[in-house]
Amino acid sequence: MNQAIFAGFVTAGWGPTFAAGFLSAPVGVAHYLVVGAVLFTAGVVCMVVKRNALGVLMGIELVLNGANVNFVAFASPDLRGGGTPALGLDGQAIALFVILLAAAEAAVALAITLNFYNNHATVDVDRADELKG
Amino acid sequence: MIAVMAPGVLAPGVVGQGGMPWGLLPLAAVNWHAAFFMLFAALACACAVAVVLADNVVRMAFYLVLSLGATAGLFFLAGAEFIGAMQLMIYVGGTLVLLVFGVMLTAQAPFVAIKPSSGDKVLAGMVGAALLAVLLQAAFRVEAWRRPSVAAPVAAAPSATPLGMALLGIRVDEPPSGAVGTRGGYLLPFEIVSVHLLVVLVGAAYLARAKRRRTPRSIDAAASAVSVQERPAGPAGVPLASGGRR
Repeated sequence: MNQAIFAGFVTAGWGPTFAAGFLSAPVGVAHYLVVGAVLFTAGVVCMVVKRNALGVLMGIELVLNGANVNFVAFASPDLRGGGTPALGLDGQAIALFVILLAAAEAAVALAITLNFYNNHATVDVDRADELKG
Repeated sequence: MIAVMAPGVLAPGVVGQGGMPWGLLPLAAVNWHAAFFMLFAALACACAVAVVLADNVVRMAFYLVLSLGATAGLFFLAGAEFIGAMQLMIYVGGTLVLLVFGVMLTAQAPFVAIKPSSGDKVLAGMVGAALLAVLLQAAFRVEAWRRPSVAAPVAAAPSATPLGMALLGIRVDEPPSGAVGTRGGYLLPFEIVSVHLLVVLVGAAYLARAKRRRTPRSIDAAASAVSVQERPAGPAGVPLASGGRR
């Protein structure tokens, strides 16, 4: 698996001839997928690690954003080769819906957080254990 | 990654030592689409990692603003101008302002930096590294995704008309080659999202409303911050609630 990753980096222009391949290699879907993977992973780790409720919210935003990067990358017909069909307008529409739903989610989650803060005088999610059986 | 790419951007003439024939053409051979992609990608990834590593919640919000803004730049580079603009307006301009307001409303001194335990950090780091390895392997698996057919996307006239018409149920964009059948618009998801937003906003306003306490003390006009602190615990055993100041 490590060899596959390394070979991928080399063919994407990020290998030992980095400086030479970096500016000449065109950007493909794989580059966007790498960015999306980093954003997604950072969001998941942020959701898991943070004890502040607002930190968990920021992790959710990062996860949704990483997925959005992938949708937009797959929507573009210029970023891939071999004549494979692109998502086209579908990808962009899904990305738009994701942005709207993320806004709605943030509003409700922030209201819940403020309510929790008013009732418990803390935003530590570890203290929200009243429903524990 | 920034440190490695910086010499290539600032001094492209040095780049051609690896046998590339365009060593004598400093700026003309630079693929500016790829260069700006690398800039925005590095900014987005570095700020996303900084969100995870920062303990102060205010700094986390700042890094998140930078990361989402750089992602909007990536959307522009991918040819999705309208999505990039919506990312800036809704995400960076709306959702992040909401989050910053939440940070300001709850940023009492003991809650600005709640540090997780070191065991959690190690475990989350291992899980994150494994997840990242799987995702990167999947990203480089398909050959057609690595080598685009054109060096840089063709700069077509940006227009939001196809997306706007599709949201109203009419498709005016050209179908991809090989597509058969009719393609539907997004009128039903658009309506569902509209009603969803309305319900969510009403619910959020209901949840976050200021509670009106029916005790004589709260009606008292002299209920200042000092008297709030002197007041005994509320009916739910709350020592000090920010909503009680009203």
